[in-house]
Amino acid sequence: MTPNDRKYSTTHEWVKVDGELAVVGISDHAQEALGDITFLELPKAGTSVEKGTECGVIESVKAASDIYSPIGGEIAEANDALENAPEQVNQSPYDTGWLFKVKGIDHAEIDALMSADDYETFLKEQE
Amino acid sequence: MTQAALLKTPLHRRHLELNAKMGPFGGYDMPIQYEGIIAEHLATRRASAVFDTCHMGEFLFSGSTVVDDLERLVSCPVASMKVGQCRYGFICNEAGGVLDDQIVYRLGDNEFFMVVNAATQPADYEWLTSHMSDTTSRENLTDATGKIDLQGPAAPKIMQRLMDELVGDMKFYRCKHNRYRGRKILTSRTGYTGELGFEVYCDPDLAVRFFDECLENGAKPAGLGARDTLRLEMGLPLYGHELNAERNPAESGFTRSISNDKEFIGSHRVLDSAAARDALVGLELSSRRAARAGDKVLVPDGAPVGEITSGSYSPCLEKAVALAYVRKDSAALGAMLHIDTGRQHLEAAVVELPFYKEATGRKRMEDYLD
Repeated sequence: MTPNDRKYSTTHEWVKVDGELAVVGISDHAQEALGDITFLELPKAGTSVEKGTECGVIESVKAASDIYSPIGGEIAEANDALENAPEQVNQSPYDTGWLFKVKGIDHAEIDALMSADDYETFLKEQE
Repeated sequence: MTQAALLKTPLHRRHLELNAKMGPFGGYDMPIQYEGIIAEHLATRRASAVFDTCHMGEFLFSGSTVVDDLERLVSCPVASMKVGQCRYGFICNEAGGVLDDQIVYRLGDNEFFMVVNAATQPADYEWLTSHMSDTTSRENLTDATGKIDLQGPAAPKIMQRLMDELVGDMKFYRCKHNRYRGRKILTSRTGYTGELGFEVYCDPDLAVRFFDECLENGAKPAGLGARDTLRLEMGLPLYGHELNAERNPAESGFTRSISNDKEFIGSHRVLDSAAARDALVGLELSSRRAARAGDKVLVPDGAPVGEITSGSYSPCLEKAVALAYVRKDSAALGAMLHIDTGRQHLEAAVVELPFYKEATGRKRMEDYLD
C-alpha cells in the first residue's frame, strides 16, 4: 500500500507537506530493495538542498547508496533517532523511518512529483 | 552473463516459493536473502539456519597414486590425514598464486573427496586432472551432487533427528557417511559460519528433501548475504576477495593450511618468507559505516599501505568490520589506520581475528544434543 497523502520521486523518495515543512523519506519499494539498513548519513539542519542532488548516504549490509533530495529548500531537521535505530527505515518507511524535514519549500515543485498511483505505475514500468 | 544463462540448483523452485531475493553467484541464480540478512545471520548464531550450497563443486579422486598426486596439488598435508578427516588448503599455481581454496575429505586410504568453489570449479578440475598421474581415477561429481549446509548451535539436534545413524561422535573437521531416509549421505562437521554445523552431500532430490526437513525442524532458510557476513565475522577468506591467482596465500595468515615440509605446486614461492610483502588483517571501524572491497587503506598521515578485500556491518558486533591486505609494518595489532571510501576517511583499528569470539564451531557437540 503506497500512502496517497504524499508525493513520490523517480529516485524513490516520498515528500509529505506538513504545514510550512515537507517531510522526506524513502518508499517501501526502496527500503525493500536496499535490504537491512545499517547506517545513514543525513543532511544537517541549516544546509540547503537542491532538487535531485545528493544530500546523504544510506548503507545496507550489501551496499552504500546516495540519498537524493526530491525537492529544494533548507534542512530544518534530520531524524537523529535513526543513528542508533536505522532499522526503523525498513520497519516503518512512511512513518518513524522519515529522513529529514525541509523548510522554504516550493509547493509547485512538490505538486509536480508523482502521486501514489503514478508512482505505483512507475514501479510496474521499471520491472 | 544474462539471467537466462544462469544455472539453477535443485532448490531453485523452493527459493522462489520462499520469496527469496535472487542474484547471480558463480554462474548460478542463487538466493541472496529470504527474510533479511541480519535476521538470517542472527538465527545462525543463536539457533540454526540452512543454506543451499549446491552450486559448489565436488570431485572424487582415488587409486594407489592419489596421495602423492594430491600432496603436490594442495598446500595442506594429505598423507598424514586419517580416514574420516577433512582438511582446508589452497590449490596454487606455479607462481604461488591461489587458483582456489578447497576442503579435502579422506574417505578411504586411497579415496579422497574434494569441495571447491562454484565459479572456479571447471578450471580447478582441468588443472587438477591435468597434473595427476594417469593411474589416479578422477570423477567430477558436481552436477550429480546436492549440497546443503545446516549451521548453528541447534544444528546437532536437527541433524540427529534426521539422520538414521549417530551424529554426536563427529569431531570438528571430521566426515562420515550416514543414512538419511534410507539413502547414503556424506556428512562433515564443517561450514563457513564459525558455528557448530554440518555440510551434507547427497543426490540432488534428497538435498531438496533435507532442506525442507531442516525448515520443518526449525532451521531458518539463509542466503548468500548472511553466508558472507557470517564468514566475515569469523575472518574467513572468500575466493575472489582475500584469495586470487596473484595473491601469495602465506599472506592470508592461514599458515596452518600450508605444509612447510613438503613440495607442492607453488611451494617454492609460498614458503619463501621474503615473498610475503603484506598481511591480511582484521579492521574494526569506529562506527556502523562500512568500508567496501577496493577501498584504500592509509596510515593516518596519508600514505597508502593496502586495500580492503571485504567489508560490511557486523550484525553481532553492531559495528562495521573489514578484512584488508596491508604492508606488514602496518599490520600490528592495535595499529590505527584510515580507510578512504572515496567519500570520506573512516578510522579503523587492527584487531585480532576472528572478530566474533563466541562461535560454537569447535565446542563439544554432546553439549548441544539431548
